[in-house]
Amino acid sequence: MSARSIFTRPARLAAIAPYVWMVLFFLVPFGFVLKISLSQTAIAQPPYLPVFDLTQGIAALRSAFAAMSLDNFRLLVSDDLYVLSYLRSLVVAAVSTSILLVIGYPIAYGMARLPQRWQPIAMMLVIIPFWTSFLIRIYAWINILQHDGLLNKILLALHIVSAPVVWLSTDSAMYLGIVYSYLPFMILPLYATLAKMEPSLLEAASDLGASPRRAFWLVTFPLSLPGVAAGILLCFIPIVGEFVIPDLLAGSNSLMIGQTLWLEFFTNKDWPVASAAAVMLLVLLVVPLIFYDRLQRRQLGDSR
Amino acid sequence: MAEDLPIIDADKELSTPPAEADAAADMPLLRIDAVGKKFGMFRAVDRLSLDIRAGEFFALLGPSGCGKTTLLRMLAGFETPDEGRILLDGKDIAQVLPHQRPVNMMFQNYALFPHLSVRDNIAFGLKRAGMARAEINARVAEMVALVKLEGLEKRKPDQLSGGQKQRVALARSLARRPRLLLLDEPLAALDKKLRESTQLELVELQRRLGMTFVIVTHDQEEAMTVADRIGVMDAGRLEQVATPRQLYEEPASRWVAEFVGDVNIFEGQLESRDAGRLMIATKDAGTIAVAEPRQPVTKPKVCVAIRPEKIKLSRRGPASDGAAGAHAINRLEGVVTDVSYLGGVTSYKMKLDSGAVVRSSMANTARIDRDTYQASHRVVAWFTPDDCVVLEQ
Repeated sequence: MSARSIFTRPARLAAIAPYVWMVLFFLVPFGFVLKISLSQTAIAQPPYLPVFDLTQGIAALRSAFAAMSLDNFRLLVSDDLYVLSYLRSLVVAAVSTSILLVIGYPIAYGMARLPQRWQPIAMMLVIIPFWTSFLIRIYAWINILQHDGLLNKILLALHIVSAPVVWLSTDSAMYLGIVYSYLPFMILPLYATLAKMEPSLLEAASDLGASPRRAFWLVTFPLSLPGVAAGILLCFIPIVGEFVIPDLLAGSNSLMIGQTLWLEFFTNKDWPVASAAAVMLLVLLVVPLIFYDRLQRRQLGDSR
Repeated sequence: MAEDLPIIDADKELSTPPAEADAAADMPLLRIDAVGKKFGMFRAVDRLSLDIRAGEFFALLGPSGCGKTTLLRMLAGFETPDEGRILLDGKDIAQVLPHQRPVNMMFQNYALFPHLSVRDNIAFGLKRAGMARAEINARVAEMVALVKLEGLEKRKPDQLSGGQKQRVALARSLARRPRLLLLDEPLAALDKKLRESTQLELVELQRRLGMTFVIVTHDQEEAMTVADRIGVMDAGRLEQVATPRQLYEEPASRWVAEFVGDVNIFEGQLESRDAGRLMIATKDAGTIAVAEPRQPVTKPKVCVAIRPEKIKLSRRGPASDGAAGAHAINRLEGVVTDVSYLGGVTSYKMKLDSGAVVRSSMANTARIDRDTYQASHRVVAWFTPDDCVVLEQ
């Protein structure tokens, strides 16, 4: 019968709730940011022009609209600083996500193969770092990596190096911090898909002549692809916009877009350019989301 | 139950090609030799030995937890025996890895690869065997035709019905032409009607391919329908290995008699021997005359087993039932307590004067039957000495 009849009124309200949330807390603020990105910097309060003021009448509104332009976006494309920031963000996110996948997959695989009663414990161990503030954990890494930090002390004591190595303020330190922080976001979706896989599928593969290695590549891995895609998205997107980790652990000679944004907002007080940079970032990140959506759609279509 | 009993052609094994029989000499295709498997302290399979001939359709039947699935998984290589040998064509394969055995299995849940099409599922084993592409295509087409799945080759398992999935699983396990095909409760997920027709197709397929099938099932009707021989398992041991008819009519033990089909059991003691008959003094049903069994009874404590359909009811006793009644030596008198009309048969429960309950089922051979019995009717139940089996307790 009609699909409507199975939804009671509270159920319908509950179905609307996420959209209300999206409109209030994403679309409306994004509208503000978009508007600011089309404005010009001004030494004023707020620090941009034009300002829509409904009390000034329709003519003023019309001239305010006329004053908006795409100048900030032209600046973003023409200035190396922004282009390089975007590129660096994408590269850092791509490299980090690859490392995360290579490290996270075997961990998730191992967890899924543990005896049933050990799996919740393994899950706890993955989640436990979240119990400490993210910032404190990054500061702890600073402590470990600094000139007279734990790492250098151990390396010196073991005579692996003869002089302290510079770890802090390098890309290695930043990658370490990112991989460390995002590992649970890679492991959990992978674990979820691997754990629900039928063990009889692997038995069937080996029964049909596939060695354990081939069975993995022919059955386990293809079936875990939705988890791989989810893990990649969960890591890649936030890493692109990451600000804290590169700011605290990486050097200052090249910036990620998050850092550039911060500089524009708080140091240069150039809200319009910063807003334009943020809008651009969002557009960039929609691309992988579209891919993911396509992938999911295809799988849903297959199973119908 | 008895009405459904298939007639099994005892000479059937002779119809397998003689060349194969010669090559194997006395060696069966599969010899399970004192195989044991423990899980912790639990003895799943207990020093079990069994021979299975080439071209045979063999069923392992037993209650859940009897070890039949463990035994099957050892044949497939998913479990390794703790002791004993598994000889396939004379070679011990007990330690051979599953992907290196010429044995294939059809899984209970089918275990179809959800990301592969019907075609690729069937071709999976062929590709691993390194077959040429053209050969694979030909074999897949042959298998698809064999299980009547034409036109569905490109579908994914999720787009198939339960019966179609079952066929894909069967085709996939047959594609490599294994020496031995193992079937783990292959029809358990199908509904009753489909299951029954599929059982017959399975038998036909096995005859046509001349392959050796070993099926695990807890459904005795299924085992009797499909199998040439049935091994009944309990607690990791084989209780009896026999044809379906032998299993039902000549159970080797009280446990088998009670597990396979319905049965009335009267415990008693051997009283005397007389003209090829044993007289058994039972607690609940007086003295019962039983035909002398092939295996001599050694212990005095015995029980008499009679299938419900072998017990006839009448109002006044066998004399009124004509010629057959003359041989009806055993008579039990009692009152009908329960009548269940089941269509083909009517099942009665009657209470003897001793208080014991006897079950009888009679075929409804005429559409209009006047001589039926109802609750509280006093009746005579009778059966001949050949109708019952004497078993040690």
